Amino acid sequence: MPKLKVALYWAASCGGCEIATLAIGDKILKLAEAADIVFWPVAIDAKYADVENMPDGSIDACLFNGAIRNSENEYLAKLLRRKSRIMIAYGSCACEGCIPGLANFTSAKEILQTVYIDTASSDNIDKVIPQTKVSVAEGELELPEFYNTVKTLAQTVDVDYFVPGCPPEESTTWMALEALISGNLPPRGTVIAPPSSCVCNDCPRIKNEKKVKAFHRPYEIIPDPNICLLEQGILCCGIGTRGGCGALCPKANMPCTGCYGPVEGVRDQGSHILTAWASIIDSNDPDEINRILDGIVDPAGYAYRYSLPNSMINRARISP
Amino acid sequence: MTDFEPKIVAFLCNWCSYRGADLAGTSRIKCAANVRAIRVMCSGRVEPAFVLRAFELGADGVLVLGCHPGDCHYAEGNYKALRRLELLKRMLIQLGVEEDRFRLDWVSASEGDKFSHIVNEMTEKVRALGPFKSKEGSQVA
Amino acid sequence: MRKITIDPITRLEGHGKITIFLKDDGSVANVYLQIPELRGFEKFCEGRPVEEMPQITQRICGVCPEAHHVAASKTLDDMFHTEPTSTAKKIRELLYSAFFVTDHTTHFFILGAPDFIMGPDAPVAQRNILGVIAKVGRELSGQVLNTRRENHWIIQAVGGRPIHPCFGLPGGVSKQISEEDRAKIEEIAKRDVDFARLSLKVFADIVLKNKAYVDMITSDAFTHQTYYMGLVDDNNKVNFYDGKVRVVDPSGKEFVKYSPHEYLDHVAEHVEPWSYTKFAFLKKVGWKGFVDGKASGVYRATPLSRLNAADGMATPLAQEEYEKMYSTLGGKPVHHTLATHWARLIEILYAGERMLELAQDREITGPNIRNIPTSKPTEGIGIVEAPRGTLTHHYVADEKGCIKKCNLIVGTTNNQAAILMSVKKAAQDLIKPGRDIPESLLNQVEMAWRPYDPCMSCSTHTLPGTMPLDITILDAGGNMVRRLTR
Repeated sequence: MPKLKVALYWAASCGGCEIATLAIGDKILKLAEAADIVFWPVAIDAKYADVENMPDGSIDACLFNGAIRNSENEYLAKLLRRKSRIMIAYGSCACEGCIPGLANFTSAKEILQTVYIDTASSDNIDKVIPQTKVSVAEGELELPEFYNTVKTLAQTVDVDYFVPGCPPEESTTWMALEALISGNLPPRGTVIAPPSSCVCNDCPRIKNEKKVKAFHRPYEIIPDPNICLLEQGILCCGIGTRGGCGALCPKANMPCTGCYGPVEGVRDQGSHILTAWASIIDSNDPDEINRILDGIVDPAGYAYRYSLPNSMINRARISP
Repeated sequence: MTDFEPKIVAFLCNWCSYRGADLAGTSRIKCAANVRAIRVMCSGRVEPAFVLRAFELGADGVLVLGCHPGDCHYAEGNYKALRRLELLKRMLIQLGVEEDRFRLDWVSASEGDKFSHIVNEMTEKVRALGPFKSKEGSQVA
Repeated sequence: MRKITIDPITRLEGHGKITIFLKDDGSVANVYLQIPELRGFEKFCEGRPVEEMPQITQRICGVCPEAHHVAASKTLDDMFHTEPTSTAKKIRELLYSAFFVTDHTTHFFILGAPDFIMGPDAPVAQRNILGVIAKVGRELSGQVLNTRRENHWIIQAVGGRPIHPCFGLPGGVSKQISEEDRAKIEEIAKRDVDFARLSLKVFADIVLKNKAYVDMITSDAFTHQTYYMGLVDDNNKVNFYDGKVRVVDPSGKEFVKYSPHEYLDHVAEHVEPWSYTKFAFLKKVGWKGFVDGKASGVYRATPLSRLNAADGMATPLAQEEYEKMYSTLGGKPVHHTLATHWARLIEILYAGERMLELAQDREITGPNIRNIPTSKPTEGIGIVEAPRGTLTHHYVADEKGCIKKCNLIVGTTNNQAAILMSVKKAAQDLIKPGRDIPESLLNQVEMAWRPYDPCMSCSTHTLPGTMPLDITILDAGGNMVRRLTR
């Protein structure tokens, strides 16, 4: 049986998904037996030009991680989509936008202004900002265009499968790779992860009825290690987050932050989490309700931490 | 924006606010025609996702009207709406959705006047703000 | 002017581009290293609750998330004026030591070793991890994988997750270490120390005993005389987790030693319009361009820099190796960029020894792992050593306890100027008028920046270790004259 041709690429990402791909340990040998990696800028010597020269559809599968932040990311997403039979959005950045997606609370202009001019250590009296085309003494240099809005992979090209997580945990990664290697792929559009309704399902803590009179920030209290964190007033996103990760964060006494994306069937993760949090507030008095809600200091940031670009209002509205 | 007619989606609960809307109609109270009414059995049915979806699909403003606190046909439904939608309000502000584009209020079956007043007021406020989509971020830095 | 473009560079930050401009006579006019990537953390962190910062900022880098996580945790300690408990500090430093072992091991054996172990003139097809395995044997390679796996286990056991841990809080950590885990960690630490010693022996046998390599290490093409920066403890010994920032000048004399709160007096970032990265430099010396020497504010913060800036290592075996390196290379400071690989191995040894010390400290399984803050957060600065350089986090909070302002000087940012200079020098050394551009150009340009371990390392054992390079030579009309790839 001919070996699969596999490509891996990183757009606006941190590299954690690269490491996660290899966290499968010895199973990497099974992958190496079954597949030739034809493009993976972090590790092998194929170049953009080599991909351009490949026949369309000649790559069997592309694991694409990272969000679409600039013109280079967009170009590679479209190029790899053309050249690949199967396109897999690997990791939260490609699936929902993830942490780079928080930039959708602001704008390209504000980001450039802050990063290059306003930050405390920037030494930039002339207010120089990186440009897409620059003339230097010797000739011309180019940089990709920094877009105003971060997009997910599926908002840019057609995506066949999604592998959630920031980064996907070992069992999740292996599920996807094994499906690829064996050829037993699920229906197109599936989110490939160990079946688990939400993180609460993975979480070993005891769950009682939740009724809170106050929300606490994680540093304010030392929670009971055995009882549900949300029940103790700590803002845990597990209730609105796909499971399959093993609830590692609650096991480390920290609340789930939502990195596996929305639960199956839910499009907008943030509002789903917020409605769950609101429903456990133990009060019918508008003033008291508002006081309790004051304990959620950054509702949109908490709930859309990984999913802002993929939500129904996918960016904060700003004047042009 | 003189040609702009705001589209306002209104979630009205079956037992109170929807009947209040009917009353406004039968009483021939002058009421802006900008509202698209969606009847739900209870304001407690309204998930934040409904509100966001309305904006996503083209609404310029979203209104949720339920029974007065204490009068909910299902006893607690409107309190659930209150808790959820108060939190949603805060989130919307963070997303740059102007406060006047979303409103939660209480209208009873006998308050045709109040219904019209709310609709007219909201229509004008949203008209002044302009279309929701006018501020969508573009792809160019 | 003719232009040679290398795009993309790989095994760098993932996204990098080198442009070499040639004069009409074929000599190098100038070299530009552009980083085309920006995500904007310093802006989009604004408005986020301060306690989120360890988890948000660690998504700057998925290879060194622990560095950001711990720097952010220290910044929170400062913002809340809450010292971590003694146990918590030890737990953080324990995780940090394990992290250094995995990160440095990955870089040296997968990325760095092929350069030396196979040799710069070895066939391209052999200059990768498979070639290394063939030369050094399966046993050592197995130990490399094992070391990585075991220390990643420590990171999960102590920090919550193997990649992107979650345990950092102001005043401490969220999770205790059980006695069962502590015992396991102690055994792993002992194996780490043995492994580090073995690695140094391999380096000595294969690299130092080979005159060609030693000549290359000490050659001028790979040498720059810059300032050097690193964290030191109260005894001026290297410490990755805490201390003061010490900078020595190109002659090795202490130039400044500052505590985190003073960083703005000493470090600034220069901006160029042709790159999204900023270039850090010493403020008191000033930005003089991409040049080295005492009059230029360019400095380096790498494993070699840390060893140059310190008076020694805090653990005995590492100290022995430290002395050996300097006596071999002619004293302190060492300016030879390729010696960074050696310094990296010495740091693995220190990390292993330090981890063993901490694992044998009975306090580390203690239950007192957090101090609860009693005041609202204000402003804070936290500095650690990331494997690839000094890492500074600085936040200002608003009245809700959310980020109002955020400033980050990330490890590789310290070195961006020097990386460019190293690439330029290599290019100038190799591209001469009238000389054909040989294949080995590709390798040597690569060797110029690889010691910096720029931000991204690849933990693989089956993939070849060559960097993709595609050099296109265009004539003045933009037509392709020649193309070299590998």
